[in-house]
Amino acid sequence: MSWFKRQAPNAPSPIGRFIALGIGFFFLYVPIATLIVFSFNSSPIMTSWSGFSLRWYVALFNDQALLNAAWLSVQVAVMTATAASILGTWAGYVLARKGNFRGFSLFVGLVSAPLVIPEVVLGISLLLLFVEMDSLFGWPGGRGMFTIWVGHTTFCMAFVTVIVQSRIRDLDLSLEEAALDLGATPLKVFFSVTLPLIAPAIIAAWLLAFTLSLDDVVIASFLSGPGATLLSPEIFARVRLGLKPEVNALATIFVVVVALVVVGLNALQRRQLKRQKSTS
Amino acid sequence: MKSKRSQPRGIGIWSVMPPYAWLLLFLLVPFFLVFKISLADLRFGIPPYTALTQFKDEALQLTLHVRGYALLLTDTLYLKTYLSSLKMAAVTTFWCILIGYPMAYYIARSPDSVRNVLLLAVILPFWTSLLLRVYAWVGILRADGLLNSVLLSLGVIGSPLEIYRTDWAVYIGLVYAYLPFFILPAYANLVKLDVRLLDAAYDLGAKPWRAFVSVTLPLSMPGIIAGSMLVFIPAVGEYVIPELLGGADTLMMGRIMWNEFFTNADWPIASAITVVMVMILLIPMMIFQLNQKHRYQAERVRA
Repeated sequence: MSWFKRQAPNAPSPIGRFIALGIGFFFLYVPIATLIVFSFNSSPIMTSWSGFSLRWYVALFNDQALLNAAWLSVQVAVMTATAASILGTWAGYVLARKGNFRGFSLFVGLVSAPLVIPEVVLGISLLLLFVEMDSLFGWPGGRGMFTIWVGHTTFCMAFVTVIVQSRIRDLDLSLEEAALDLGATPLKVFFSVTLPLIAPAIIAAWLLAFTLSLDDVVIASFLSGPGATLLSPEIFARVRLGLKPEVNALATIFVVVVALVVVGLNALQRRQLKRQKSTS
Repeated sequence: MKSKRSQPRGIGIWSVMPPYAWLLLFLLVPFFLVFKISLADLRFGIPPYTALTQFKDEALQLTLHVRGYALLLTDTLYLKTYLSSLKMAAVTTFWCILIGYPMAYYIARSPDSVRNVLLLAVILPFWTSLLLRVYAWVGILRADGLLNSVLLSLGVIGSPLEIYRTDWAVYIGLVYAYLPFFILPAYANLVKLDVRLLDAAYDLGAKPWRAFVSVTLPLSMPGIIAGSMLVFIPAVGEYVIPELLGGADTLMMGRIMWNEFFTNADWPIASAITVVMVMILLIPMMIFQLNQKHRYQAERVRA
């Protein structure tokens, strides 16, 4: 159908399309491609290709400090993604389906603020909160994984909210209303009708929160204490001094895993959508 | 029965309490603390700043130190930093619109099957580490990097371009990092555009560019605003990108604040810089928030 529409006079020009998308995607993907290609280069500089080598991968897996930091980061990221998914789904559901309660404007403001607030602002403000709380109540007793988890959850939650909110908005309201008419409690409706339908969006949001947490340098630097060195601050500390080829190897692993998961998830989601369309 | 039907719409505040309480405690309260500590003075110890109130000689004393703000107003370095941050964020936003809007437009107007793949290609970088992707530019832009070696071997340039560790590199990094943040809201808006409006414009004899300027562009304004704010506001306070790609003279607020905090351990000054940064960003943030609120409300009405 859309093909026919494109033949109409309002169809965008194919040349413009090719140029715009060509330049854009070239710009977005060339850096990723160079990371992957040069992770297999035996020379540490990116000027010349001096032969295929896995030496940076070997170096990476022998780097105990980096592996420890990675393990710690994965733990924080899993906890962050889980908490942010629960809180963000909750907030997204409220935004899409409810509203009109007192304090709605403030709620919208708070929910979407972390999307734009510079990370340094979030970092210093949370740090000061924990320091003040420490001196007032003696809790949380210094900085570490817990404080980083709180910081990451706060900013990742905003992204989950946006994703879940837009998915719920696209849902057919009549399904939920039918369940309510049949006597289900709102809570039951949410868990047995809404939640299964938005599950793919929540999984996608969980993954995004996981990556955002894993990726963050700034908030983790403010909120980490001695002994809790996470992966991204560690990488940052190394690469700000120049090129570190083993980081290319790490990036390649990262990109490949992410691409597989995201593409797989997308295929799954589309199959689900198709099934929904064919049954309705 | 009737009461049950009306339940999902009007609700008590209690049912939003967990996320609401979380945001109040970990987002709103900390802001006020930053403001409070920006008025404290530096001291040695834990915490490294003075208390504002003190009970001494049977009197409650309130001491506000404006050292931070005085410094920010008098030292031209800070003023230059603010202006330079705003300029860099504005230029970044401009380039994101220039590259991102056509992309969003053509993706939105692509056939369904292709559209999904293209959209995924825009989203994919979101899921990959930004830090690592910005780091990739170090290897590309260095004097002995990929770009220079390609240009040199093609004979386009005689000597390596100096991009790495200059503002140019920061611009490239910022546009690169924030481009998807512009494309997605712009796309979300453009894809909802009713094509029949364009058909009507053509039927009335409008030329393509005329139809674009008077139909598509105004209707996609909310998407452009949302995308621009998603780029502009965080870019003003960006730290990682100017630190990795910029030179020592690349002045950005996030960087100055970071240095005051971590290098000089001057928390009150760092707080004062943060407060000023938030003040400067208040208007763009309000535009963004209003835009968000209208979106949520409009969508609820439609639903």
